[in-house]
Order: sequence, then C-alpha cells, then structure tokens
Amino acid sequence: MATELKPRAQPSPSDSARGGAEIILEGVSRTYPAQSGAGVEALAGVSLRARAGELIAVVGPSGCGKSTLLELLCGLQSPDRGSVVCPPAVLMPQRDLLLPWLSALDNAALALRIAGLSRARARERAARLFGELGLDGFEQARPHELSGGMRQRVAFLRTLLAGKPILCLDEPFGALDAITRCEMQGWLAGTLAREPRTVVLVTHDVEEAVLLADRVVVLSPRPGRVIAELEVEIERPRVRTGTAVVALREQALRMLGMER
Amino acid sequence: MRARAVRALPAVLLTATLLGAWECYVDAAGVEADLLPAPHAVAAALWNNGSLVWRNFTVTAEQVVLGLALALACGFLLAVAIHLSPLLRRAFYPLAVGSQAVPIPVIGVLLVFWWGFGIFPKLAVIALICFFPVLVTTVDGLAAVDPEQPKLLRTLDASRWQAFRFAELPAALPAALSGARIALAVGVIGAFIAETSTPTSQAYAGLGHEIVTDAGGFQTPRAYAATAVLFVFAVACFYALALAERQLAPWSVRFRGETH
Repeated sequence: MATELKPRAQPSPSDSARGGAEIILEGVSRTYPAQSGAGVEALAGVSLRARAGELIAVVGPSGCGKSTLLELLCGLQSPDRGSVVCPPAVLMPQRDLLLPWLSALDNAALALRIAGLSRARARERAARLFGELGLDGFEQARPHELSGGMRQRVAFLRTLLAGKPILCLDEPFGALDAITRCEMQGWLAGTLAREPRTVVLVTHDVEEAVLLADRVVVLSPRPGRVIAELEVEIERPRVRTGTAVVALREQALRMLGMER
Repeated sequence: MRARAVRALPAVLLTATLLGAWECYVDAAGVEADLLPAPHAVAAALWNNGSLVWRNFTVTAEQVVLGLALALACGFLLAVAIHLSPLLRRAFYPLAVGSQAVPIPVIGVLLVFWWGFGIFPKLAVIALICFFPVLVTTVDGLAAVDPEQPKLLRTLDASRWQAFRFAELPAALPAALSGARIALAVGVIGAFIAETSTPTSQAYAGLGHEIVTDAGGFQTPRAYAATAVLFVFAVACFYALALAERQLAPWSVRFRGETH
C-alpha cells in the first residue's frame, strides 16, 4: 500500500497555482462504449484553448458532453482522438460530494491531508479561508447540518485548496435556488479576482456564463461540437441587467436555438 | 440516566406482564416443573445455583465476545478484500455462503483435533457462524459508497489507498457494526452449538453445555435459569454494540433516526 506522504512540494493557493495555466485541447473526441455496440458519442472534434487566468464558460444543452469535457481536462478520462494538454486540474462536481463523516473544515482541507499535511496544519490552512467564504462558525458542522449554498462553498474551498492552477467547475450552482445562486456568482467573481486561476466553468445558465466568463464556448447537442466562441469584453463587475450583458446573452441563446 | 430508565420502562413492563402470565399459566394448568417450571422456581434455581451459573456464564460470555470480535475482524477484512478485488469476490463469495450450511457438529471434532481442547475451537465455531452477516453488510456498505467520491479524490491527487481510506473505509465501519448486531443474535446460539459440539478440557463448559446437561438430567428449573441469563446477556450485548456504533460512527446513526 502506498504511503500517504508524497515527495513533492506542498500545494499552496498562492504560489504555483496562482494565475492559472494554459489549456490546449485539439480535436478531442470521446465515445462511451455501449452494450448494444453503437456507443454514445459524447464529444466530436472539440478544440479549445484557454490562456492562463482566463475563465471559460462552456454552455450547451443537456447531454452535450460538458461533463465529459471536464473529466478529460482533469485526467479522469482519455480522449479517443485528439490531444489534451492541460496541467493538473481539480474538479468541482455538480453534487458537492462532501464526506458525511468529516466536519466542514476537514472536508475543505481534504486535499491538504492527501498531500501529506498533518491534520492540525491542514485545518489551520483551511480555517484561514473560512471567514472569507462567509462560513465563520461552521467549521465543526457536519455536511448534513449545512444549507445547500454552504455545502457548495465548502466544496469550492476544497477545490481551491487543492492548489491546482486549473479549476473545472461542473454546474457548481445548478442545485441552488435563484437567490443563493446570485450570491454565489458574485462571491465566485470576487474570489477569483483575489486568487486568479484558469477556470473552465460548465453551466446550462447562459446568463451566468456571460456574467462570469472571459469567453463563452457554445456546444451543440450530442455529439458535442463547438458551435461558437463569444468573447466577453464587458468590464467587471458585471450587472445582469446591463445592456451589453443582455445582448450577449441573447446572442448565445440564439446560437443554441439555431442548432435545435 | 433518568431518561434512559424511562425509555426502558415499556420493555420492563412487558417482561413483567409476560412473567406474570407465565406464572398464572403454570399454576392454573398444573404443568409439571420438569416440563415448564414457573418463574418463581426458575428464580429459586438461579439463587441456589448462583456460583455455578455465574462460572458457566463467564465462560460463555468470553467465548461470545471474543468469537464476535474475531468474526468482526475476519468479516471486515474479507469484505474489504472482496470490495477491492472482483477476482477475490468471485473466488470467495460462494464459499462464504456455503460455509453457513456446514453442520457445526461435523467439523467440531476436526477443530479440536487441530487446536486442542482449549477455547480456540469454540471461538472458531462462533466466528464461523457470525462472520457471514458482517461480511454481507460490510460488502454492501462499501458498494453503496457513491462512486463519484473516489473519482473526486483522484482529482485531488489521492492514491487508490487514500481514496479508499477517506471515502470508502469510513462507510464500511457502521456497516460492519450493523452486521455484528445481526450476528450477535446468532452468536449466542453459536456459543451454545460450540459448547455442545466441541469437547473441552475446561473446568466449566459454559451455559450451553449446562443447559443441555440440565435439561437432560431433569434439572429443568436450572436449565431455564441458565437460559434466562443467556437472554439478558444477548440483550446487553446488542445494546452495547449499538452504543459502540453510535460512538464510532455518529454520522450513520443520525440517518437511521432513533431506533433504540
């Protein structure tokens, strides 16, 4: 059995990961084998580039391969065709997947523990960021005692503390109510302003994409292909009622509609 | 303490009612003491033979507790091995199921041949009977872990062992204890079978042996007294295991709500 301590530098949210890193996807295709033999083609020839520190939003209808794309970036799957050049990426899945037997603090510090930090030091590092995420006082709470929004925040903290330059967020706010979602979007923008990373944000909410991203990539229904890439050159902080935001949102929705 | 006493009241009242009914029945129907002794006769037998029953009880109790511990350990380890290796599962599972059908008296003598007249053959019998529920519940507990969890941990750079340790092992613990509670019910009978199937060199052969000898030798009140002691012992062990589960795996107990 492998030992826990790994002979590498401890991850830190503020040194090597800061600023993010480049992603290059070229002509990536991925088919899931099915028992009937035909197979489900999730992605067909997707190419994507992201500069360091960019936030790319990937929008598309259900089943267009968005989650597959993220898993490819995180190294959980290999493409059948094409290449993925992507430094270490950490995944924030749709469901928070917090471990029910750990406190919120221990859940957030999970990546640090895996990297070999002692429990005390890992907790210390995580505790420092708890206040910034508005989770003060909930360090010892178990996941079932937290609201949905709070659990997502803990999950995001866990993602951030993994110290990787690339964050893959899979519909992080999809399960939240509208009000919490607005809060979380604002808070995410703020956090990334302080701790810039390269972020690939998958969302079905086009408005969210326009509010947060530097570039919006629109995927077609299955098999997923890139229909369009829209540069979002609107100044931050962005307001959802701003004319530029609304216009871009409409444009993206039209593109999604056209493929139907 | 008071709250717990109040919670035990319904059981106490029911027991008292049943004992009262038993007493009335024996009295009214004129049943012979050799067939069904009245509760007062059983109590008298217990009082008069206190030290004999106690010595046999300690022998049986030791066997049950150690045998159950052995069953927990073996069942747990085997379950983990089966969970991690589909090959081992295919190899071991059918044999484990079949082992439950082996008549203990058949192998009792073999066990004594291997391990002598001491306590170990009895522990082996009890462990054999008890390990199966532990195995099944632990395997199921491990299988019930959300497969997304280990995946997530891999993106946090966890090794297979770490993914197991953080995401799967804590799920196995309450499952194993749950299996142990089921096993306990059979375990006490297992002790009975063990004592009557494996010859022993010990001074006191345990309550099981005592019961069989007494029942055959027309010492029925004493046999019933020994049975009553076994009864109380089983109940005590059951609740002790429940307490252990509450202490070691508090998160799982919450999901089931108040069962005791």
